[in-house]
Amino acid sequence: MATTLEARVRRGDGIATVALAGDVDGGAREALDAAYTEAAGAATLLLDFGDVAYINSTGIALIVGLLGRARADGVAVAACGLSDHYRQIFEITRLSDFMSIHADERSARAATQGGAR
Amino acid sequence: MSTITHSLRRVIFRSGAPRTVAVADEAPAAATQPQQRGGLEIAPNDPIIGYFQSAVGAVDIDGLELDSPALDELRAAGVKLVVPLVTQGELIGLLNLGPRLSEQDYSGEDRRLLETLAAQAAPAVRVGQLVREQQAEVRSRERLDAELAVARLIQQNFLPRQVPQMQGWAVAADYRPAREVGGDFYDFIDLPDGRLGIVIGDVTDKGVPAALVMAATRSVLRASAQRLIEPGAVLERVNEHLCPDIPENMFVTCLYGVLEPASGRLVFANAGHNLPLVALGGATSELRARGMPLGLMTGMSYEETEARLQPGAQLLLYSDGITEAHDPGREMFGGPRLAAAMAEAGGGDGGRLIRALLERLRAFTAAAAEQEDDITLVAIRRLPAAVELADFRLESAPGNEREAIARVELALAGEGLEPAQMEQLKTAVAEATMNAMEHGNGFDPERPVRLTVLASAAEVRVCISDHGLGQGDLRTAPPPDLDAKLAGQQTPRGWGLFLIRNMVDELHEHGDDDTHTVELVLHRDARRH
Repeated sequence: MATTLEARVRRGDGIATVALAGDVDGGAREALDAAYTEAAGAATLLLDFGDVAYINSTGIALIVGLLGRARADGVAVAACGLSDHYRQIFEITRLSDFMSIHADERSARAATQGGAR
Repeated sequence: MSTITHSLRRVIFRSGAPRTVAVADEAPAAATQPQQRGGLEIAPNDPIIGYFQSAVGAVDIDGLELDSPALDELRAAGVKLVVPLVTQGELIGLLNLGPRLSEQDYSGEDRRLLETLAAQAAPAVRVGQLVREQQAEVRSRERLDAELAVARLIQQNFLPRQVPQMQGWAVAADYRPAREVGGDFYDFIDLPDGRLGIVIGDVTDKGVPAALVMAATRSVLRASAQRLIEPGAVLERVNEHLCPDIPENMFVTCLYGVLEPASGRLVFANAGHNLPLVALGGATSELRARGMPLGLMTGMSYEETEARLQPGAQLLLYSDGITEAHDPGREMFGGPRLAAAMAEAGGGDGGRLIRALLERLRAFTAAAAEQEDDITLVAIRRLPAAVELADFRLESAPGNEREAIARVELALAGEGLEPAQMEQLKTAVAEATMNAMEHGNGFDPERPVRLTVLASAAEVRVCISDHGLGQGDLRTAPPPDLDAKLAGQQTPRGWGLFLIRNMVDELHEHGDDDTHTVELVLHRDARRH
């Protein structure tokens, strides 16, 4: 399947923001893996879904895989920029129990820096 | 010791509860069949009981003067010496001895030996009695449980394993046996010309007898239905068959209807069963037909009633297990409450209606109360008339679900769905199409996935067909275990069915030899998640 996702990593204040653009489906594996590797060392990984139009069950599985790795590595995961629909899906799948969900990058950064760390 | 044990005899001793005692060199099994081995029975009012109970040590029978039938029996049996077995003030048995083989009297030493033996034996014998009583109790409880299990087995064996699948109809059924299984049953019978025979019934009485009568009724009904078709004639025939053989005080209430799916025409007759309810557009009405229960007397005839189930109408058949359930204050749930609950439950598939009714019943009876009787609910819904908005095929190739959702969205553009509802439908369509392409058709380019989009006043329906066999029941598949997935104990995949289920108001699945179809339904009036 063609790669349909672009993932760009920006770092700052211990937070690695992964700006996602495109579709989070079966074709997103490589981009997500590469982004995770690039973000290594950050205390928090922030997934920005602002430019994501489509997430399917295979994409959910990739996010679950990434979240599992992050937990094993002691990295906190947060998400922002989700549409109402995908935010609902993150809630019913309980992904939101394991990653904090924020409206946008700014509020995510504010919450992360104002938190325990 | 041999001289003593040689002459020991066994005794049955009755005071209130029967009790048997065996102290001898006989096989232990002997104690369980004392009557056949010539034991002694002592009536509870025999004065000898009081005498033995308070006696100190061994008692010479020859020297006794009592008006006691048991004493006469002991003498007749040649008993010379009796050592009462007493423990905790209770007489639990006797050691009976005949004359000594040496024909001398029992010596003081003999007596002391016997008394020591009795003192030690009595508590042991009592323990043995208690164990045996308990075992008997357990056995009788096990027998009851086994009988219940048999009744349940018969019952379940004769209930349909699946509900009929008919174009334009949705059928759901639910049977909940009470702990002591009643005689509820329901059945669906395929008839010529695509008609469907629908049966619901209730045998009075419970347990195995009721289950057997239920099985017989069902068989005769099935055989008669194929030949006679007319519901009144079918019930008449079943009644004639049942009457000669049915146990006294038992009868069967039964409703039998024949449905023409194409027209919605329902003809039914009723042998004293609860009247069916029809709900349409928030109003509920009862369908009436008169007739005596089956198995009471021969020569009965059964009134036939005809009804037409309009698109969107829901037919509910039920047993009195629901209407005659009580609340903690002994008030009955009753027909009016059932009708009101049905009207309130509104449209939607039968499974949803049944869940709503059972929920209402649980709230009424208070959750902890044990179910009094079997509960059977059969819901048959004629789907609302629909317009076909799209019908297309897609090659089974990864990524093509995107085209499926684009075309479904386009087809529904003028339908006024809420944006959130549309997003949910799109996710469900994408997941169902992915399943169809991958699991149903194995990404075989020769096997396309077919989608149809239908809309009615009440709902939007998307049907997605592949050439597979389905993957088990979509609706009951367990939800994914996120914790196990995150811990690496499970594959991170497996979210498709879960998403579909949570995105739509109804999910149906049917198939034949060649195709498997999943139907996704959104209610237009549904409040969103």
